[in-house]
Amino acid sequence: MAIQADQERIPLASEEITFGERLEQFPWWLVAILLAIAAMAYQIVTNPPVTAAFQFIIRGLRVTIYTTLVGFVLAMILGMLAGLGRVSRNPFIRNFAIAYIEFIRGVPILVLILTIAFVIVPVASESIGFSNSSVPMDARAMVALALIYGAFLAEVFRAGIESVAPGQMEAARSLGMTHFQAMTYIVLPQAIRNILPALGNDFVAMLKDSSLVSVLAVRDITQQARIHAGSTFRFRETYLVLTVLYLTMTLVLSLLLQWYQRRLRKDA
Amino acid sequence: MPDSIAINPDEIIVLDDLHKFFGPIKAVKGVNLRVRRGEVVVVVGPSGSGKSTVLRCINHLEVPTHGAVYFDGVHLEDPKTDINRVRTEVGMVFQQFNLFPHLTALENIAISQRLVRKRNKEEARQVAMKQLERVGIPEKANVYPRQLSGGQQQRVAIARALAMNPKVMLFDEPTSALDPEMIKEVLDVMLELAREGMTMVCVTHEMGFARSAGHRIVFMDEGQVVEIGPPEEVFTNSRHARTRDFFDKIIKH
Repeated sequence: MAIQADQERIPLASEEITFGERLEQFPWWLVAILLAIAAMAYQIVTNPPVTAAFQFIIRGLRVTIYTTLVGFVLAMILGMLAGLGRVSRNPFIRNFAIAYIEFIRGVPILVLILTIAFVIVPVASESIGFSNSSVPMDARAMVALALIYGAFLAEVFRAGIESVAPGQMEAARSLGMTHFQAMTYIVLPQAIRNILPALGNDFVAMLKDSSLVSVLAVRDITQQARIHAGSTFRFRETYLVLTVLYLTMTLVLSLLLQWYQRRLRKDA
Repeated sequence: MPDSIAINPDEIIVLDDLHKFFGPIKAVKGVNLRVRRGEVVVVVGPSGSGKSTVLRCINHLEVPTHGAVYFDGVHLEDPKTDINRVRTEVGMVFQQFNLFPHLTALENIAISQRLVRKRNKEEARQVAMKQLERVGIPEKANVYPRQLSGGQQQRVAIARALAMNPKVMLFDEPTSALDPEMIKEVLDVMLELAREGMTMVCVTHEMGFARSAGHRIVFMDEGQVVEIGPPEEVFTNSRHARTRDFFDKIIKH
């Protein structure tokens, strides 16, 4: 913990930061992006075709957010289970987890979304007695994102579990806890704390990748933009609005993450 | 074969022809040891001599490659033995303390009581406070491990083990990771425990402690027990060249 705290260099009183240094360290990139967002906001308010594009696209925002949130919660559960399976001493469970992870990692996300939505979900739902068409596309999109990110998060969880010193498990077991109790109460809480920044990054990544579910005609902001552009031929306005919309969301999230990490480092 | 061994009811730990191999490394090669109730056994020897491995076999943190461990008459290698139950009777203190960093000192001591001994919250808290007083730091109850000194952390670790009411305490080099000025506070707690009649097996380099608290000294080298005897005999009158050689080295430098 002490090592982490040292990473943030605290300047001594004698080496005050000069004006030049302050200019150099200023986050100019943020200013540039904020200016771009502000310019777009101005366009949205004043330029009717841009206003129309924005109003049409924004109707998909709920789907984008909802798909990402539900997908991510499911992916975390899957990822935790697969991550635990990955480090299991049971060879059957371990190999099953590795097969899942490697399968997902070996196929492009776009292809996986199509395969999961049109092959895996129908086959699975038919096998438990539902008709092929009874699962709505929105749900298939969430399942697809969950399965894909579950595999990514499995590796994050595995790394998190392995980041906890083996002495923790030993101490817990030496007190008579079962492997399950030690995992649940001792190892996982520490592992999750260690991987919070990585989980945050994957959440941002998933928000971006949720745009891919538009290939299922799920009406997220990307699909809304495609429909609007196709019907009005205002490609430039529409896709610029879409781009800035994603940029705004990811920027807000990554600033929140940075703030949170800095806070973690401070009280660690 | 293991069932044929005769165990005196007074002998709480019996190691019978214990072997432990890590791949090609033969860490322990045929150790026999019997520890009586109330006895303080101190295991000494050069690093890599298998001391810690023997200790870790007693509560099956390491499973022996060959040979048997009996705890209170229970054969640990028997598949029917509930190892978690045995472990509640065996407290262990580690070189690196291994406190749970996400829990306060009090919670560190309470959690296993709650999960394993099924004590309720209040009872676990009271036992934890009692043990913290016993090791002399009740005022640190609500402090996280990272805010404690090494010596304080190790004392919390001892309290954590004691809170389970173990029949035996195992100490795996409990002072080796401590700054010199903190060694005494931990040894004092251990001496007090020994005085109260706790059965203890200690792996340590603290020869002063071995001499004053140890009923018997076990000298190990290259995975085997070279010599077992009372402190005076082993420290000063050893008949074994390897033992004398070892003590000459640590005492003269």
